[in-house]
Amino acid sequence: MTNLETLKYTEDHEWVAIDGDIATVGITAFAQGELGEIVYVEVETVGETIAKAEIFGTVEAVKTTSDLFMPISGEVIEFNKALDENEDDNPGLINESPFDEGWIIKIKMADTSELDDLLDHEAYQKLVS
Amino acid sequence: MKNTALTSIHEALGAKMMSFGGYKMPLQYSSITEEHEAVRERLGLFDVSHMGEFIVRGKEALDFVQKITSNDASKLSPGQAQYSCLPNDRGGVIDDLLVYRLFEDQCSEGEQAFMLVVNASNIQKDWDWISSANTFDTQLIDISEKSSLLALQGPKAIDVLRSLVDFNLDDLAYYTFTKGKVGNIDNVLISNTGYTGSGGYELYFDNEHAEYLWNKLMEAGADYGIKPAGLGARDTLRLEMGFCLYGHEINDETSPIAAGLGWITKTKKEADFFSKSLFIKDRKEGTKRKLTGFIVNDRRVPRQGYELFNQEDEVIGLVTSGTMSPSLDVPIGMAYIDKQYIKEGAEIFLGIRKKRCSCTIKKVPFYKP
Repeated sequence: MTNLETLKYTEDHEWVAIDGDIATVGITAFAQGELGEIVYVEVETVGETIAKAEIFGTVEAVKTTSDLFMPISGEVIEFNKALDENEDDNPGLINESPFDEGWIIKIKMADTSELDDLLDHEAYQKLVS
Repeated sequence: MKNTALTSIHEALGAKMMSFGGYKMPLQYSSITEEHEAVRERLGLFDVSHMGEFIVRGKEALDFVQKITSNDASKLSPGQAQYSCLPNDRGGVIDDLLVYRLFEDQCSEGEQAFMLVVNASNIQKDWDWISSANTFDTQLIDISEKSSLLALQGPKAIDVLRSLVDFNLDDLAYYTFTKGKVGNIDNVLISNTGYTGSGGYELYFDNEHAEYLWNKLMEAGADYGIKPAGLGARDTLRLEMGFCLYGHEINDETSPIAAGLGWITKTKKEADFFSKSLFIKDRKEGTKRKLTGFIVNDRRVPRQGYELFNQEDEVIGLVTSGTMSPSLDVPIGMAYIDKQYIKEGAEIFLGIRKKRCSCTIKKVPFYKP
């Protein structure tokens, strides 16, 4: 289990886990709860370098559609294949395990100083409480 | 935001609540898909007390209902109901509604009585419109605030309700109703109607009985796997059937003829009604666009307001509703599309920003329970 205290968060309800210059990105438990059952995740930006706050993908829930935004600038190097419906896998992992198996992309960060703009666990908890 | 008589029950069940038509309503209790499946396979119980109910009673009640609604209410005997529209005077739809021809036990000699069941979000607009149109010997009473409405829907609804009534439920045909006892409660209006396509009943009664009847139905349904169901499942269920939802498929600007509601727009009925001549024209000349169903050939879900395109990337339509169909596991949608493109199986394209997703025109219902 990921220790949530070690993650960084955005106001768009994404989490970021840092390992060197690689950031793993997902959406928070709060976000998946608001969206409801997720039926599809579309990420067609693997290999692209995208600026912070730009859209890198989309989540489809039964009731609503929500865009996914880059928490930091960089190259999208991997999309979590376990979420990809085309491979007979399960986008519902985001509902079941938002901080672990339900991770969405990995980014090779362009500028790690952008991490300072993200929320820490305490600040994020305040945002959603 | 208003509550229904059951809001505290929904909250105690842990429902996710939403605002709908000015009411605080349950969106879902467990998950939309689970509640949807419960209704399709067994049964679900919906609190739809946000709906509005008006009583229309008087010596000219039938004439009045004929004037304000598009279907032919003269065909109704006491104990029968029909789906209808309240047209405005510009060829659009103020609301869609159910018209119940009530039993005449509360009427004086020569009077008729009806109940109009309208959408929550339109209660005030409808009331203002029909009040101003009431130049007839007819009294109007808004009983919305004191009435509750439960919808028990699904193939097992008949078995569960049968155990709680003292008459032969099998005699109650589709779109008919009776007044009777449910459990200990007298005077419940029991209607063989619904908005799910899976069969079932709608029960109208005074607010004070709401908790008792909710609990009684949940108890009686327990052995059949009943689930409380929210507005989320109500929407996916109605969309699989291709039923219109006010504010999506129909509004003040849409013609019922274009919306596929020609079957409740009785332009041949003798009585005059609002926009009758405009609907005759729509019927004769056709409308530019018509409502149709479509499915998306990948996993993107159409939503209200998305545009549809032809092969040449010209805009040919606008999405009114869409969802991931829980029964079919494909994205389904309804849209107004230029009518030359509406051909079963034809390919059109859904625009999501710059992306174009291949779609196939599909007649509704998408699913036959």
